[in-house]
Amino acid sequence: MRATLAIVRKDLRIEWRTRETATTLAVLGVLLVTVLAFAHDPDPDAAPLLVPAVLWSAMVFTGLLGVERGFLLEREQDCLAGLRGAPIDPTALYAAKLTVNVLLLGATHAVVVPLTGLFLHVDLWPVLPSLAVVLLLGTVGFAAVATLFAFVTVRLRTRQVMLPLLVLPLLIPLLIAAVKATEAVLGRGLGGAPDALGVLVSFDVIFVTAGALLFPAIVKD
Amino acid sequence: MELWLGAIGCAGLVGALYVALLVAPAAVGESVAQRILYLHAPSAFAAYGCIFVVAIASAVYLWKRSEAADRVAVAAAEVGVLMCTLVLVTGSIWGRARWGAWWTPDPRLTLTLILWAIYLSYVLLRAFGGDDEEIAPYAAVLGIFGVLAIPAIRVSARLMKGMHPSVLAPREGGSGLADPSMKLAFWGGTVAMVLVAVTLVLLRTRLERAERETNALRRLADAAEGVGG
Repeated sequence: MRATLAIVRKDLRIEWRTRETATTLAVLGVLLVTVLAFAHDPDPDAAPLLVPAVLWSAMVFTGLLGVERGFLLEREQDCLAGLRGAPIDPTALYAAKLTVNVLLLGATHAVVVPLTGLFLHVDLWPVLPSLAVVLLLGTVGFAAVATLFAFVTVRLRTRQVMLPLLVLPLLIPLLIAAVKATEAVLGRGLGGAPDALGVLVSFDVIFVTAGALLFPAIVKD
Repeated sequence: MELWLGAIGCAGLVGALYVALLVAPAAVGESVAQRILYLHAPSAFAAYGCIFVVAIASAVYLWKRSEAADRVAVAAAEVGVLMCTLVLVTGSIWGRARWGAWWTPDPRLTLTLILWAIYLSYVLLRAFGGDDEEIAPYAAVLGIFGVLAIPAIRVSARLMKGMHPSVLAPREGGSGLADPSMKLAFWGGTVAMVLVAVTLVLLRTRLERAERETNALRRLADAAEGVGG
């Protein structure tokens, strides 16, 4: 736990000094929402229907790039060797990277969500608490899978394509549930999609646990 | 042994298809296109079998670091993708004949498509990931994650609208396969298809082993040459 906090603090400090990832991800998110909103050019009445799709498409693209940066950072000057050599449980490393990724993606959401509401004529303010729950659940599940595979692909020559190739199929169930839950939030309220919420919660539990259990097995060699 | 298994499997497939196409009566309320079921469903059984073999072999590999288990995982993943492709293609043709659409976001179709994508990415990781020893643990994690995702895929896929026929489900007047010859074609075909899959996995495992031995020898030869020159 202390090791996890130390790595989280380290990563956040690096991020705070450079502001590299958060800034680029936020701008990328803005551009994606712009492109997606304009690509469809919907009628004002139909525009709110696009909100779940736009939100989660932007989330996938920014997420994939953001998660990859976490381990690229460690690869420079071979910091990863240092982390592996440190007397800490590899699970702590996974937990730390997962936490940092969730925080970074959360910061991106803070920019992307209001903008989506603005472009697509939806007042997201009243539903913000339940939307935040769905976003958090979706982001944790996303990061649980993507963090693990970012560690795998960071050493591959073909990493830019390999990461999406490996994680997108695994994430499809999460994305279906997230989109359905977001639809429910905007319509009948969060209680309207118990199944989607169930998938989100169980996906998070299964893959955070599996990630924490399997990460040590791939770090040690 | 592979030869015998393969021969029995292939003969069984031909026999099952003969019964399916020429002996079995048409299913109630279905066109002739329904008979593709006798190829479609056996491939599905074989595909799911392969996928579970990948997951189990991957777990054994991570646990024991047994290279033999890793070879089985590689082989089963490739055969699994092949069988999944068969399921998707035959299913798509059937869907077109029955519903007039090549594709519908049905739970079972979605599940098969996603599993196909997961294990295709596994095969791609093995193909382009570099060194076998280096990539094996990572691939093993993916092999396990694929099966862990099945419950989530099943439930989330049900959130979408679908219309897959449920031939095996019990209904009024027994299951969809009423006639004994239909049962024979269905289950005979399944056994034969599984045998074919097992044969392919065994052959592919042997090939993988030969490949790795060749690579090791080549590295050894290179090293020796480096020392000698």
